[in-house]
Amino acid sequence: MNKPKPQTNLSYRMVFSLILMRDLTIALRHKDDIINPLLFFVIVVTLFPLGIGPESQTLSRIAPGIIWVAALLSTLLSLDRLFKSDHSDGSLEQMLLSPHPVFILVLAKIIAHWLLTGLPLILIAPLLAVLLHLNEQSYGALMLTLLLGTPVLSLLGAIGVALTVGIKKGGVLLSLLVLPLYIPVLIFATSAIDTAALGLPYNGQLAIIAALFFGSLTLAPFAVGAALKVSTN
Amino acid sequence: MWKWLHPYANPEVSYHFAGRMLPWFTALAALLLSIGLVWALAFAPADYQQGDSFRIFYLHVPAASLSMGIYLGMAIAAFTSIVWQLKLADASAAAMAPVGAVFTTIALITGAAWGKPMWGTWWIWDARLTSELILLFLYLGVMALHNAFEDKHLAGKAAGILTLVGVINVPIIKYSVEWWNTLHQGSTISKMGKPSISTDMLWPFLFCFLGFVMLVAAIICIRFRSEVLARNSIRPWVQVLVATQVASKENK
Repeated sequence: MNKPKPQTNLSYRMVFSLILMRDLTIALRHKDDIINPLLFFVIVVTLFPLGIGPESQTLSRIAPGIIWVAALLSTLLSLDRLFKSDHSDGSLEQMLLSPHPVFILVLAKIIAHWLLTGLPLILIAPLLAVLLHLNEQSYGALMLTLLLGTPVLSLLGAIGVALTVGIKKGGVLLSLLVLPLYIPVLIFATSAIDTAALGLPYNGQLAIIAALFFGSLTLAPFAVGAALKVSTN
Repeated sequence: MWKWLHPYANPEVSYHFAGRMLPWFTALAALLLSIGLVWALAFAPADYQQGDSFRIFYLHVPAASLSMGIYLGMAIAAFTSIVWQLKLADASAAAMAPVGAVFTTIALITGAAWGKPMWGTWWIWDARLTSELILLFLYLGVMALHNAFEDKHLAGKAAGILTLVGVINVPIIKYSVEWWNTLHQGSTISKMGKPSISTDMLWPFLFCFLGFVMLVAAIICIRFRSEVLARNSIRPWVQVLVATQVASKENK
């Protein structure tokens, strides 16, 4: 890491990478934070066959939905980490007070969050798809939708966390705020995977998820910044 | 150009303005609803396919469109509050949220009651029903966020941001759900185009619709007034107001 310099002429890229590296370093020193949501994801997925029954036809029919709902829930579980510790030790306030645009800071933190929760989730998803007898033609669609969709989950979720970070019991409230916003991603992702299972092209659904991704990438950090200013008061 | 609007940024002026509007809204609501509902439920012709059970339409459609209209109103208030930092806009958004949630619930319940004889089931995972349900979740989220903050000023700001995020999402959710599944009948009344509903049914509907709009306006006025009082309870004008009210009650 660079030596801390007492001036402000850091370029945007440097600010971005400083925050990104900082968040990644902190997370890598608390590995539980990365592993626990992933374990949760795996356990939720294993619960479904136990609840529904082991018939491979039923399972392969509902596999896309199960994997995606489990991904939503485990993202939700990990969102808390995004701003909570920084808020409680005061570093969040310092970041907001710094002369750098909030957009960059927030974007770096969200990308760090995605690298730590979204990416491992994508890596482990094919394994779970095997357990659920997902149709072989659907693997590509599953990976692509997760790749485009999980950043949207992190971006939209960040808005919810930023709003609730100052509240003591924000956890349940967070799910109430964020889950309705996740619905479009869920719909288009599972529909893309189902379409792929039939051997039909699923470009349309992917394009819409990509549009959701770019839309939330450009707009969500503004909302997060505004919400953080409210929360830190 | 906007100068005439400036006095209403003062809570006292707005409070009294809402108080002056309230009897008008209430009277109009009572008049329009009593004409409209009697006309709709007793005299309007029954549907040739759906029979009398179609009459719930006169309650269901106004509730459904108002549930969306109130959300839009809330979003406009939230936008005003964020851009121009008007505290009263927060108060009005806070006043609207529960009304909108109630109308969404009414739309869902009347929809279920209508669906039972028509579709043979209380609930189907149809696009419009689902997006209405999600709208209810959005309302409940805004209300929960309002209640979670001690400081009403902060609560208003936070709920405002959530409302604006929601209003961007409402069309996306609506179209995604529509794409996902469609069974609900198409819209029969469009504002500009030629309505596909017979005029015998259209007129009582318009009375009902306007009546419900006035009812919502009246309820929002009442809620807005109490929000303003609650937020300004330490101001001298509120204390004077309360003192005169108490004095006039004691004199009676």
